[in-house]
Amino acid sequence: MKFICNLLLFVVVAFLPNISFAQIETTTLEQLQAKTIQPGNDTLYIVNFWATWCGPCVAELPYFEQAAKDTTNKKIKILLINLDFVSEKAKVEAFVKKKNLQNKVYSLNAGDPNKWIDQVDSSWDGAIPATVFYKNGKKVFFHEGDLNQTELNEKIKLHHS
Amino acid sequence: MKKIIVFLALSISIVFASFITDGGYQIGDKAIDFKLKNIDDKTFSLADKKDAKGFIVVFTCNHCPYAMKYEDRIIALNNKYSKLGYPVVAINPNDAVAYPDDSFANMKKRAKEKSFTFPYLVDETQEIAKTYGASKTPHVFVLKKENADLIVKYIGAIDDNTDNASAVTVKYVEQAVDALLAGKEVPTTTTKAIGCGIKWKK
Repeated sequence: MKFICNLLLFVVVAFLPNISFAQIETTTLEQLQAKTIQPGNDTLYIVNFWATWCGPCVAELPYFEQAAKDTTNKKIKILLINLDFVSEKAKVEAFVKKKNLQNKVYSLNAGDPNKWIDQVDSSWDGAIPATVFYKNGKKVFFHEGDLNQTELNEKIKLHHS
Repeated sequence: MKKIIVFLALSISIVFASFITDGGYQIGDKAIDFKLKNIDDKTFSLADKKDAKGFIVVFTCNHCPYAMKYEDRIIALNNKYSKLGYPVVAINPNDAVAYPDDSFANMKKRAKEKSFTFPYLVDETQEIAKTYGASKTPHVFVLKKENADLIVKYIGAIDDNTDNASAVTVKYVEQAVDALLAGKEVPTTTTKAIGCGIKWKK
């Protein structure tokens, strides 16, 4: 009996990593801003707001993946901020695994959107995708709507020196 | 001649730019009425509702998870406020080619499944969504009848928690309509929310 228990335990432990999904860290807006708005830090932080249910968002994710690949030696960090409902985290984790996303994905838990949307950008209406760049503690670019690869690359080139 | 062409091109681009950047209605603006096809195949106008004191106009659709989360709350709004003079009027502005879920046939189906008690209209040309300044679903405009005019009194979200109706702390639309019914100023006139961007026709 003990043998069977041990065997079961072994099986569970051995196969657990294979069946578990990529863990997604939850972040508040304050935590996100502390990560990306850093005076004196000339890393270009690119924050993209997206959701699995948003067609244009999903379509532009590969451009952010490609941009990260193209810029590995430069001081650029891309953060993909997921806005699926917190109750559907497992779905997002499965999606991230399936798409093999290399950029860091966070799940945003920021409370009342009427408050936090304005804190990201006052011109933002809340439609996604939306993308914001920070550098040296300042917002240098905000865009509501999708970007194609050329547009994204141009914006990165413009703000990264 | 060249100058004229440049001038023409410039003026066309200015007109075009102003059309694109037109943010739609602001609080206090006069809203236009419309004639849109309802799920009963008849045309609906706000003017048809002669007894209404105003309207809760909701741009919504079938496919969007945010709109779906709010379906029951939109039904509840109509159940509560229709008899008080503020009926819900739902408008689907999405391009059904891009989102087949939002086709007229699927609107009828969804309305039947959920027993919608309010008009569910299709904004085929997307002109009403553009004129009002709707950008996503759901997007609410509360209108108040003042003499012959429809005045925009509230623009934004239904409440402050899309995901969890039982965790809502502020019901923005109810707050606005309650204030209007009491003859008071609307406490919060505009709010922002995450939603599905309206799919515009190309």
